[in-house]
Amino acid sequence: MTREPLVKVRDLRVEFQLARGTVHAVDGVSFDVEPGEAFGLVGESGSGKTVTLRALVGLLPRGAKLTGGTIEIDGVDVTAADEDTQRHLRGTTVSMIFQEPMTALNPVMRVGDQIAEEPLVRLGMSRSAARARAIELMALVGIPDPRRRAQAYPHELSGGLRQRVMIAIALSGDPKLVLCDEPTTALDVTIQDQILKLLRKLQHELDVSLVFVSHDLAVIAQTCRRLAVMYAGQVVESGAVEQVFREPRHPYTLGLLRAVPDFEVVRERLASIPGSPPDLAAPPAGCRFHPRCRFVQEDCLAIPVELERLDAGREVRCLHHDQTAADVEREPVIVDA
Amino acid sequence: MSSITADELEPFIEETAVEHRRGFRHRWYRTPSFVAGVVILGIVVLAALAAPLITKYNPTSQDLLSTLQGPSARHWLGTDDLGRDVWSRLVYGARTDLRVAFLAVVLPFIIGTVLGLLAGYYGGLTDTFASFFVNIVVAFPFYVLIIALVFALGSGTRNIYIAITIVGWVSYTRIIRGEVLVAKRRDYVLAAKSGGLSDFRILFRHLLPNVITQAVIFACSDIVLDILAIVTLGYLGLGVQPPTPDWGNMIASGQTYLTTHWQLSTFPGIAVVFTALGLSLLADGLADLLRPE
Repeated sequence: MTREPLVKVRDLRVEFQLARGTVHAVDGVSFDVEPGEAFGLVGESGSGKTVTLRALVGLLPRGAKLTGGTIEIDGVDVTAADEDTQRHLRGTTVSMIFQEPMTALNPVMRVGDQIAEEPLVRLGMSRSAARARAIELMALVGIPDPRRRAQAYPHELSGGLRQRVMIAIALSGDPKLVLCDEPTTALDVTIQDQILKLLRKLQHELDVSLVFVSHDLAVIAQTCRRLAVMYAGQVVESGAVEQVFREPRHPYTLGLLRAVPDFEVVRERLASIPGSPPDLAAPPAGCRFHPRCRFVQEDCLAIPVELERLDAGREVRCLHHDQTAADVEREPVIVDA
Repeated sequence: MSSITADELEPFIEETAVEHRRGFRHRWYRTPSFVAGVVILGIVVLAALAAPLITKYNPTSQDLLSTLQGPSARHWLGTDDLGRDVWSRLVYGARTDLRVAFLAVVLPFIIGTVLGLLAGYYGGLTDTFASFFVNIVVAFPFYVLIIALVFALGSGTRNIYIAITIVGWVSYTRIIRGEVLVAKRRDYVLAAKSGGLSDFRILFRHLLPNVITQAVIFACSDIVLDILAIVTLGYLGLGVQPPTPDWGNMIASGQTYLTTHWQLSTFPGIAVVFTALGLSLLADGLADLLRPE
């Protein structure tokens, strides 16, 4: 923690204006990402993790509006920058890996040309240098026989190779930060494992920062050092991955961890979190998780709960986090050790 | 469990994927309408190109001593009221009509496509503006507007181009605009944006190749429409000016002798139908072949 953070997100707020009201998709999210670090954003669908990611790259979905907070990337405040400055950052400072490589690759362009585009257009390489760079990148991400594969169209490649192409494109502009939006969700498990290992390898070799968005705790555990758990547009818990997984302090995090199937201990049925995520146009008063919480008490309903700092780099948004701690004490989440 | 790793399996998975989605090169000859269209249009185009080789007479030279003859060994399809060889005029007429029809499609195609791209991609005022003009043109029936324009501009090939361009671009704009509205929501456009590429590059390098197919297919049937328009204008005396051979003129002038010399109007008529059939089949086949997987 000696280096200045590459990404500084402070009190980020994004709203959607819908007919039935204003949806606070991201409601006061703050986090830092250090250079060369992998940071995880965990949460279920609609928790605001993807919108947060899209805000980082300055490409919010239609209808979404940034209403507050700042995002500083590599010393530049993205939220205050004009369109040109933002575009200048994309590709060469920040790039993005998408969930579904089949739809995120241009179906009528050879993959080699798609990888060479960034070096050609943004880095100002010559056509032949850009092509050579593309083949080099394809080899780097572990595509066998890159010279031949560069001539292929996306539909001619398998899912795993397509995602490798996607990663090569994301790296083609020499970015400092790569945003990964559930990069392995569309792949089967063996390929998923290869891709995660590749991303970790690249992170270390190229010293890039990764921001990983996923609903899959296993993916985050495998790749990230620190994480933030999001619920209903807010960060409810953050800290080092090891620590959060071993000693969760928010009931939602605990629920997520308990819902992961365990091969060692065969249970009758998987634990689940009762209820469903709240309507963000009219979030519950007080703690947003209270209607689904096992440990809910009178004061949880009264006033919005603030993030509480536990130790260095460890925060939780819960008034009664000792309850969760006690529950983990009785029945540890991670049995090994 | 097994000693085969996923890495080793990938090439096999890939081969089957490719097998399933064979490209244009491997499928065109298995699409009957495409083959039929190419053959028919090929015959017409070849005849037009080889016109001097397959005709014995100049299409405009008159022979007033042998007018209105029936088909014979000397004049395969007979002669017209000025003694001109009908076969020669038919073949040279293909040159005129194909060229005019093709050129009359190019300009509307380019203008319509660019406007459709801009309107679909940017939306807002650009779209409102483009759609406004599209609606104005669409409000008029095609032939009424074409004939009115040619009438105002004066007859002749150049004015046919202008009239057809003024009317024709709207179809391309509507097609491309609709396609772009769908395509711009795709992830690959977002991916291109997240790479910091310019709008110009996203429009022409990424979106255009994905949306152009429909416009190309439409262009094939549009040529048919244009050939008919040119022939109609020729028939009305507003089109290609005599003595340049043109199927519309031939049909119109042969009409006088329809009861006695039916071949004068019939053969150019058959040529129009034949060419239109070829283009329609080609458009149909292309639509089948280029349909995205």
